[in-house]
Amino acid sequence: MIEAPNKRSAQIDVFVGQPGGMLKALHALQSQSEANFLSPADIKLVASKFGVPVAKVWGTVTFYSLFATTPRGRHIIRVCENAPCHVVGASDILAALEQHLKIRAGGTTTDGLFTLEATSCLGVCGVAPAIMIDSTVYGNLTKEQLPALLAEYRQEAQA
Amino acid sequence: MKSLNELKSLRERLEKGQQLAEKPLRTIIIGMGTCGIAAGARGVLLAIMDELAAKNLSDTAVTQTSCIGMCEKEPLVEVVVEGKSTLYAYVNGEKARRIVLSHIINGEPVTEWSVERALGGRV
Amino acid sequence: MKYYRAHVLICSGSNCAIKGCQTIKDALVAVLNKHELQSEIKVVDTGCLGWCEQGPSMVIYPEGVMYSRLKNSDMDEIVTEHLLKGRFVHRLMTQSTDTLGLASPLNMTPFFQKQRRVVLKNCGLINPERLEDYIHAGGYTALATALDKYAPEEIIAMVLDAGLRGRGGAGFLTGKKWSYTKAALGEPKYLICNADEGEPGTFKDRLILEGDPHLIVEGMAIAAYAIGASKGIIYVRGEYDLSIKRMEQAVLQARENGILGEGVLGSGFNFDIEVCAGAGAYVCGEETALIESIEGNRGEPRFKPPYPAEKGLWGLPTCVNNVETLANIPAIIENSPTWYRSLGTENSPGTKVFTLTGNITNSGLIEVPMGITLREIIYDIGGGIPQGRRFKMAQTGGTSGGCLAEEHLDLPMDYDSLASHGSSLGSGALLIMDDSHCILDLTHCFLKFFVHESCGKCTPCREGTPALYKLIGKMTAGQGNQDDLELIHRLARTMQDSSLCALGQTAPVPVLSAFRHFWPEVEAHMTGNCLAHKCFSGRGSKHDH
Repeated sequence: MIEAPNKRSAQIDVFVGQPGGMLKALHALQSQSEANFLSPADIKLVASKFGVPVAKVWGTVTFYSLFATTPRGRHIIRVCENAPCHVVGASDILAALEQHLKIRAGGTTTDGLFTLEATSCLGVCGVAPAIMIDSTVYGNLTKEQLPALLAEYRQEAQA
Repeated sequence: MKSLNELKSLRERLEKGQQLAEKPLRTIIIGMGTCGIAAGARGVLLAIMDELAAKNLSDTAVTQTSCIGMCEKEPLVEVVVEGKSTLYAYVNGEKARRIVLSHIINGEPVTEWSVERALGGRV
Repeated sequence: MKYYRAHVLICSGSNCAIKGCQTIKDALVAVLNKHELQSEIKVVDTGCLGWCEQGPSMVIYPEGVMYSRLKNSDMDEIVTEHLLKGRFVHRLMTQSTDTLGLASPLNMTPFFQKQRRVVLKNCGLINPERLEDYIHAGGYTALATALDKYAPEEIIAMVLDAGLRGRGGAGFLTGKKWSYTKAALGEPKYLICNADEGEPGTFKDRLILEGDPHLIVEGMAIAAYAIGASKGIIYVRGEYDLSIKRMEQAVLQARENGILGEGVLGSGFNFDIEVCAGAGAYVCGEETALIESIEGNRGEPRFKPPYPAEKGLWGLPTCVNNVETLANIPAIIENSPTWYRSLGTENSPGTKVFTLTGNITNSGLIEVPMGITLREIIYDIGGGIPQGRRFKMAQTGGTSGGCLAEEHLDLPMDYDSLASHGSSLGSGALLIMDDSHCILDLTHCFLKFFVHESCGKCTPCREGTPALYKLIGKMTAGQGNQDDLELIHRLARTMQDSSLCALGQTAPVPVLSAFRHFWPEVEAHMTGNCLAHKCFSGRGSKHDH
């Protein structure tokens, strides 16, 4: 569903004129987007509101890993692949997720529920290997725990 | 607050308050840092609240703190009864319910789940 | 339920029983009976308390006082002095409990015994969402004292005297950084707390932000007063959801209580803090990239000079300090620079927070005096290597640090000792690896991180990181040759010399340290041998998805 442009516009009005407000506006737009991403229309909107070239907004959006420019699933699964998780078996976790969800890192499930992303350190190495689903971190993971964990999100989506 | 003196008097009031106030008989403190939450502290919190409500234990206070540094042992739950503290490691919902039954109701700490045991590694 | 006014815990573990705990217990019970205290004081048999080397021991609650190396003849004194009169028997108390305010035998576990908690003193003990808890624990006294007693110049002098060095990684003298910003022209001045913690294996800042957010507000307020900044910004990495929430809440509470805003604590000093969330970019931990990001731009480092002290945020004088650095400030003001210097080493005073990760029994977060050895950290505090495996290497300072081998276990952990061995203290990350791991496989993993995080602004880093990654990948695939080695060395040197910021300058560090300390293992790959049996799996390297 594409929302009416004036509604999207209202979501970022408070940031216009704030010093450094553009990143905040982008955060706000993405968090209120159905498909968890910033569309070309969003980027044009931000450019015109802040009076900067579209290229500058585009450059900023693509610089940061928390922003996406293609539609993503309802839930974003981030798997840390840095050394502290790597030495305690993170690659097994990623492989198990890929197998279970039938997608590769970077992909979105056909039902649009999950997007799988390999990411840099999440800062919860004390409970490595760890993954993050949206803003919730799950640690001390074994691949056996994954199906039950994902089932919770599926159930919630059906309810 | 307007000055150092005011801060001092507030601190004294707080200290006195802690001494005078009806202290709860028992306190359960749950580690709710990101690592605790990542290891399942929310589920533990819910299980404890649920068990306390089911057993009508309104004199037991439940509170939270953040990470103490033993992230790998999370979820950590500290039970303080009459000033004596026991810190439990690797707590899950089921263990939490048993801790309430055994430690809070019967006054018997579940020593095999204490963190001192867990410091040798996961059992 | 029966209530006792005190509990005496005696270990009945098998180890201690050998050293006579049972007879101690009998002697104690006899003395208690003699004084008719058996209905007031409960003697509890516990499992092994874990400090068997201290001989027969007991802990008395509610005070949490521990007595050890006990003899039967000591029981009379303990009962009459401690249990009847409430006076501690100091000659039998072996360890002071002041390192941790926790009234728990936990204090005595090796995990805590070697720690010295200055920065983390409240973490895990107070409710971080309550300002009252922080004040009750002595919070904001340092700020009030600073405003009341000292001029800004005196605060800077104290921090200089204490010898505090930046805890974000570079180790620059904090007092010096402050004096540069103070001396710079331009208004307003900014103080930025760098909480964009992205170094793999590091989570100390998250833990401080989550566990004791008011400590950061207090540290920032003192720093701002010293340098003459009226505006503070905490830049927290976007992934740290809970840290952002707790900091926002703490700032709000402080503002409502006159600790931030117009006239801090009734003084003439105005200061307020804004919490700013990052959007996922490791390079934003570099101070000029962080400033770009706060301004709403791509987080690319700026050319230096000018340094932020002169032209920082919005072109105005700006001081950027790491979370842990700021968390040290209140303790320095409260206890004096001399006290601070009594901790740690000559050139690296104070304590350091380390994050223990990888193949280690007690992974987590510790705070120890600078200069402690790697061996003490791994074996005494960390509980050693699990699953009966052997220690092989430790990477200090995060992914941009070097790897140390077994022969470095007795190296003191401070800025200079580590630097002289091709590594760094960095952010305090300690990644411990057992003998199942291959140095080249790991180096490949480290480099993948830099490929992903290089911002692309300067050529040596943008092109160098993937080239290094490919060359090491070639070696892990068993296709490396002498020419590649030559190329790796030249590339590493070029990147170190000509990259714009620390990202590109340090990306070759893990490669060079692997070559320096693990050369036989690297060389074996050239003849088709991976000593750890990790490489040559027939599908190239396992990191290529």
